Amino acid sequence: MTIEAEGIESRELCRAVAALKEKGCRFVTITCVRADSEGAELLYHFDQELRLSHLRLAVAGDEVPSISGIYSAAFLVENEIQDHFGLRFAGLVPDYRRTLYLQGDGSVPPLRRTDQPEPVKE
Amino acid sequence: MAGTVIPFGPQHPVLPEPLHLNLRIEDEIVVSATPAFGYVHRGLEKLVDIRDFRQMIQIVERVCGICSMIHALIYCQALEGLMGVEPPPRAGYLRVIWSELHRLHSHLLWLGLFADAMGFESLFMQLWKVRERIMDINEATAGNRVIISVNVIGGVRRDLDPGQTGWILAELAEVEREVNAMSRTILHDYTVQKRTRGKGVLSRSQAMELGCVGPVLRASGMAQDMRLLGYAAYGELDFAPVVEQDGDCYARCRVRFAELGQSIDLIRQAIARLPAGDISVPVKGRPAGEIVVRAEQPRGECLYYIKASGGKFLDRLRIRTPTFANIPALTVMLPGMELADVPVVLLSIDPCISCTER
Repeated sequence: MTIEAEGIESRELCRAVAALKEKGCRFVTITCVRADSEGAELLYHFDQELRLSHLRLAVAGDEVPSISGIYSAAFLVENEIQDHFGLRFAGLVPDYRRTLYLQGDGSVPPLRRTDQPEPVKE
Repeated sequence: MAGTVIPFGPQHPVLPEPLHLNLRIEDEIVVSATPAFGYVHRGLEKLVDIRDFRQMIQIVERVCGICSMIHALIYCQALEGLMGVEPPPRAGYLRVIWSELHRLHSHLLWLGLFADAMGFESLFMQLWKVRERIMDINEATAGNRVIISVNVIGGVRRDLDPGQTGWILAELAEVEREVNAMSRTILHDYTVQKRTRGKGVLSRSQAMELGCVGPVLRASGMAQDMRLLGYAAYGELDFAPVVEQDGDCYARCRVRFAELGQSIDLIRQAIARLPAGDISVPVKGRPAGEIVVRAEQPRGECLYYIKASGGKFLDRLRIRTPTFANIPALTVMLPGMELADVPVVLLSIDPCISCTER
């Protein structure tokens, strides 16, 4: 089973999100599925009359365009992803600079997959 | 006069949990509000690395005490979807009954806290006294008052016998009578009206644009309720979302108050139509694939994203709780309010910070 999501590139993201807003979609949230040294995968979720639609964004680096200029509510989840996964959202307002949950001391983002060996599972 | 920044929280008499707001004030009027977090973050999503997918039920139940049962319900529904499991019909009805009991005690808790935020302590005490009846039902039927742990992948682990359902109906009749006796005070009292009408107004378009959910969205005129998706047994029960139009604190109070009656009605329907049969099915194998599942918690829409690849441990668990969706609306509701109204407006979204930070 997999989610039906429209694949999208970084440069198309803001235009696609603006089009969904124009259609009257409610912004639900963003899920960062994975982030590591090879890039990141994010899912953008929107609702219209109880039907969900998803955009799937794959980025090669650590920088993602912010959609907070389109849906202002996205600022909170984008700041959370910056803290948890070490990504950077370009144009994010307000930008907490990784101090939403963390101390802003440059510590390793807790949900980011690193090249270190996986912890031993119980 | 130059603006002053007032740190509101994390310790404040009106806040049961630590939330911080930087309020920029000019002449006692809020100009801007910036939320800050990080006081109770527990990193529960990270635990999928070391707890297997069955053990995670206990973890998600602890995302939030007040909606613990519904967190487990969403999680189990997601795994049932990934594993192709169909819970028996009786389990769906039992899930509805316990879900609505959670909504009842959550809304009664909120109404009490809301009264307390306005300084109406006798109303607070009366509402929490009524809430005890619901907590007693939880304890008698599931063994615990709050974290009731009834959900398993494939159904539920506890059943209700006819004696219990009869007693639940009798208790709910008392809850209904006691709540109705307070309705005049809750909805028409001069103090309540003065403190809530026209405060923290959110228009329908603002609520939509800010991604609001649950009673906050419905109080602004949007008839959106995830129970309409028909999960568990909701698709077989009759109900319509409670909607108000004014979008202020009073409208949010009216929505939650009306939802008390709606929850009682849904429990009565579920008990009347409770089918016979098993309460769970055996589940074998491990989940694979990805899924998004939503359900209506007392505070609104909750979304779970799960990705798994056939192993014992999930690859990713993402939880978007309703308070997380409603916090951005505070940045619009609070500007223009007097400083004294901030606690009332803040509580009107029924904030749960444990949920928000997970």
